Amino acid sequence: MSAPVFPAAVPRRAVELGSETVLGGMFRDEAELTADVHVAPGTKFGFFTDTTLCIGCKACEVACKEWNVLPADNIGLTGNSYDNTGALSATTWRHVAFVEQVGGATTMQAFQSNWLMMSDVCKHCARAGCLEACPTGALFRTEYGTVVVQQDICNGCGYCVPACPFGVVELGIEDGHAHKCTLCYDRLKGGLEPACAKSCPTNSIQFAPLDELHERARDRVADLHSRGVESAYLYGVEGQDGSPGSTGGIGDLHAFFLLTDRPEVYNLPSRPTLPSRRVFPGLVRGLATMAGVALAAAVLFRAD
Amino acid sequence: MPSLGATFGRGAATTTQWDLANADCVVIMGSNMAENHPIAFRFVLQAKEHNHATIIHADPRFTRTTALADIYAPIRAGSDIAFLGGLINYILENDRWFKDYVLNYTNISTIIEGEFKDASQLDGYFSGWEADKLDYATDSWQYEGLDVPATIAEHYSHESSGPEQREQKKAKMAQGPVPRDPTLQNPNCVYQILRRQYAQYTPEVVERVTGCPRETFLKVAQTICDNSGPDKTTAWCYAVGWTHHTTGVQMIRAAAIIQTLLGNIGRPGGGIMALRGHSSIQGSTDVPTLYNMLPGYLTQPSARKPHGSLQEYLKFEAPDTGWWHNFPKYVVSMLRAWYGDTVDPAGDWNYGFIPKIIGDHSQLPMMLAIRDGTIRGLLLIGQNPVVGGHNTHMIRKALPNLEWMVIREIFENETASYWYRSPEVQARELRPEDIKTEIFLMPASMPGEKEGTFTNTHRLVQWHDKVVEGPGDCRSDSWFFFHLGRRLKELYADSKDPKDQPIQALTWDYPTSGPTQEPSAEAILREINGYTWPAREQIADFKDLKDDGTTACGVWIYTGVYPKNDHNQARSRKADPPDGPGTHLGWAFAWPSNRRIMYNRASADPSGKPWSERKKYMYWDPQGGPEKKGAWVGPDQPDFSTEKSPDYEPDFSKGPQMGMDALDGKSPFIMSADGKAWLFAPSGLKDGPLPTHYEPVESPVQNPMYKRQDSPVAKKWERPDNPYHAVGDPNYPYVITTYRLTEHHSGGIPTRMVPSTAELQPEAFAELSHELAFELGVQNLDWVVVSTARGEVEAKALVTERMRPLTIDGKRVHQVGMPWHFGWEGYATGDVVNTLSSIVGDPNTTIHEGKAFTCNVRKGRLDRGDTGVGRVERGEGN
Repeated sequence: MSAPVFPAAVPRRAVELGSETVLGGMFRDEAELTADVHVAPGTKFGFFTDTTLCIGCKACEVACKEWNVLPADNIGLTGNSYDNTGALSATTWRHVAFVEQVGGATTMQAFQSNWLMMSDVCKHCARAGCLEACPTGALFRTEYGTVVVQQDICNGCGYCVPACPFGVVELGIEDGHAHKCTLCYDRLKGGLEPACAKSCPTNSIQFAPLDELHERARDRVADLHSRGVESAYLYGVEGQDGSPGSTGGIGDLHAFFLLTDRPEVYNLPSRPTLPSRRVFPGLVRGLATMAGVALAAAVLFRAD
Repeated sequence: MPSLGATFGRGAATTTQWDLANADCVVIMGSNMAENHPIAFRFVLQAKEHNHATIIHADPRFTRTTALADIYAPIRAGSDIAFLGGLINYILENDRWFKDYVLNYTNISTIIEGEFKDASQLDGYFSGWEADKLDYATDSWQYEGLDVPATIAEHYSHESSGPEQREQKKAKMAQGPVPRDPTLQNPNCVYQILRRQYAQYTPEVVERVTGCPRETFLKVAQTICDNSGPDKTTAWCYAVGWTHHTTGVQMIRAAAIIQTLLGNIGRPGGGIMALRGHSSIQGSTDVPTLYNMLPGYLTQPSARKPHGSLQEYLKFEAPDTGWWHNFPKYVVSMLRAWYGDTVDPAGDWNYGFIPKIIGDHSQLPMMLAIRDGTIRGLLLIGQNPVVGGHNTHMIRKALPNLEWMVIREIFENETASYWYRSPEVQARELRPEDIKTEIFLMPASMPGEKEGTFTNTHRLVQWHDKVVEGPGDCRSDSWFFFHLGRRLKELYADSKDPKDQPIQALTWDYPTSGPTQEPSAEAILREINGYTWPAREQIADFKDLKDDGTTACGVWIYTGVYPKNDHNQARSRKADPPDGPGTHLGWAFAWPSNRRIMYNRASADPSGKPWSERKKYMYWDPQGGPEKKGAWVGPDQPDFSTEKSPDYEPDFSKGPQMGMDALDGKSPFIMSADGKAWLFAPSGLKDGPLPTHYEPVESPVQNPMYKRQDSPVAKKWERPDNPYHAVGDPNYPYVITTYRLTEHHSGGIPTRMVPSTAELQPEAFAELSHELAFELGVQNLDWVVVSTARGEVEAKALVTERMRPLTIDGKRVHQVGMPWHFGWEGYATGDVVNTLSSIVGDPNTTIHEGKAFTCNVRKGRLDRGDTGVGRVERGEGN
């Protein structure tokens, strides 16, 4: 055995490129340096947000607002732990929730516990309610598998707002258009890692191709289970029906999460569904009710 | 950092941030690391991921750091030494110390003077106390028959013996080995003294003094012992949660003693990580803004010491043994850099031009001196004392005494606007029309608007390029000082007055460029690094510095940062690949000599072999070196004479052995006069050779351990405008601790003025436990007034179970927490919390005690009158 193993602090590509090229601006894509990811169209990209590594620093919120030039919301103390931005909105596209469960704890489970912190974001759903509801085509699926609102096409009808099972999309007060996370569509176009993931100091937010993230996330859950964090599970990964993280008809969430408590604790819906999937059953139920009433009436009248 | 300096030899973190990833256990105490050092904290999480390391957090508050920890030890603010002393006692009494390491690499077997008495014998005092001087004479703390110079800038403390007697004792250091008893049976050897001093720090006493349940304390003790030894290492991280006490230096000393006893210094995954707050605060002690040090931790000449001439100064300050024997080379090279060809090598090298200190000129007494009219002008560079000073109501009343004040800032800060917008103006205590001070607010450049270096928390000097021009009249600090110096030189060019000679003699030839005549930061870095004189060829290693005037060097410890005429090592960015070695020697420059882990000779056993395969680092290769005569090798720069064999013994029969010749091959702490880590510090510290639990100057309880209540040498300035609370004062029954949040930067100027950070923590608040809130009838978000004898502030209550009352000596003690970032400027506003704190300081560093004092809390708001003068619209979010 040689010297002790020092975990990598620097992605492989950065090492290969060395200092001259880095400072000389010769590298191809910044994302290769910062996330070891080559951004190319045709691949589904996403976020894996591992709450067990989150320290609630809110660097993601700041990086998002700075890059996307989003204004501050309401300046005021909410009194809700250290959360003063409250929720995702037209002007807050990353939001860190804080849930205090301290009790009298002195011995705690590995990684984050007792004060939960979770950086929420648009889920960029595989079957996106907002996208289905949009009548103008302003919302579209990008070449990276993400869901983006085109501001110049959006007419502010607002159908997407109730169509989102997660309450992500909101109409802006100033322009009336729908606004939400773009998964830094403009940065991806330029080969840059999304701002929030790049700024995350503890790798709680990871950016990569979705299938790679799924593999990483499953390994992480298995690792956490082996350390006694049996409550760890993935929220928003298809093929785990019955778990609190299953997403029914929505399919994979391109931004998915590792949680250690029930989704509702983090203000996420348990078993979310798409409004469009409720149309047919609703119609059937309505028709059935009508038929039943008609039948009952017919029976009653015939009895007369 | 005199504590690490006095123990190990250099006042800086012993390890690197990224090496924390190699730890098997990380103890975070006196620090809210995840919140205030989030990027360094990633390496703690890597240790957790890769090594299954246990993370321990001991703190008065449950913070975002605690949320990621495995063990949380709640302790009362200011009781840290009781907790740490308990750990020392546990390690010694359960025989958990690392014997091979400690016996060889520390002074545990060294015999101390027979008259020495520890704090357990004198009820909280050490021997040598001189009540009339309020100071210790340190004769009885010395090694038997010797006079041991400290490893830090102030090599000597006050002693009662005469200068001649002292000279003799001092010379003996080079004449033979220090007295030791390897059997540890001598009642005055350090081992026996440690056991005596800490015998009373039992788990029961720890619980009684700190409030930490004894089971939790014992779990911490067992965990750190189980994760230390040949095969495992534990790392410690601390920050200002330790330094901001009147016993702060001794808190760090206590951790240093623990880490030394467990054999965790100089080894991968071990060490003490001194987490430093600002981006270059390490740099500001290396190239110091401190009043009592010259660059590179050289002693500032003092009018109260035998420092009259260069020869006297060097004779008094330079030790005979250890690395500091080279002291004269660094002083002379610095004088050559400062004064160039105007120095007279046959004479005094212009030593007389260096101002001599006459007392404590640090920030706390500076504010009182302004209040008293002693200081009439003030230059503030990135400082906001109206928010970040202490007893800031007094400061706001003091500042009008100034004739002029220059503030270099990126926004108008509270210190620049106090004269027309402060609460004192609202209350008509200050009237703008009466303030005669001329205030200059000068716009400063941000880092991206200038080139230069940051020295980070692990001594890593990293260059940054200029990215954009600063807007308008923004200028860099080096621009400001260069042109100020240039104009002063022009002003005094023709003066015949001797007092103007220091300015006339100053070397001030940095090249400038561009329309603003920006001085070259690289030229400054070249001078800091050092070059030959007069040829100005860069020097690669401080071993090549001379005391004959042929070298010029601004800061000797930085030699190597610009090792060749065309190579700026601080700008290098060559990282190691993922498979190692992970020391990243090609990434920038870490002083000294690009070492990443200091004292790394200790990573090998006394014979030079690695302690274990798992913790292999630097080791002795008998075939190593260019001539295959043996050398220290490994993934780092050896912190030892590269070719000194582990078997080397000084031969005192040949006469005095000077400098490094006096240290044997088993002495990893080369800055110390005896080459050993100092479990017992015979000199260098004003408050004792060993840490002792004293209560904070303001405490709700009597000291449960000693008759002596607080540190006998704490720096106090008790006066009508700076009153202190009596012990257990019923008017101020609660402990208050102040702190920072992730979302804001110190005095708040870079973050409160920016919407995206301001909205994250938009207002001042006071954190109260549910129990205290219930007692006060306060609900979440109710307004409360927090008061001390210095002043009152109002803030909204944040009622949380992250704060918890503790039982101290049978009494329930409530703790209140307040972040101190806020002021009236910017988007995120609130009352200035440091209105509450007092001017009181650690005896060694004069750092304030903002982490533990007492206060009162009541429901309601302050009546500030309704004058409307200077009233700032406050964000009343809800």
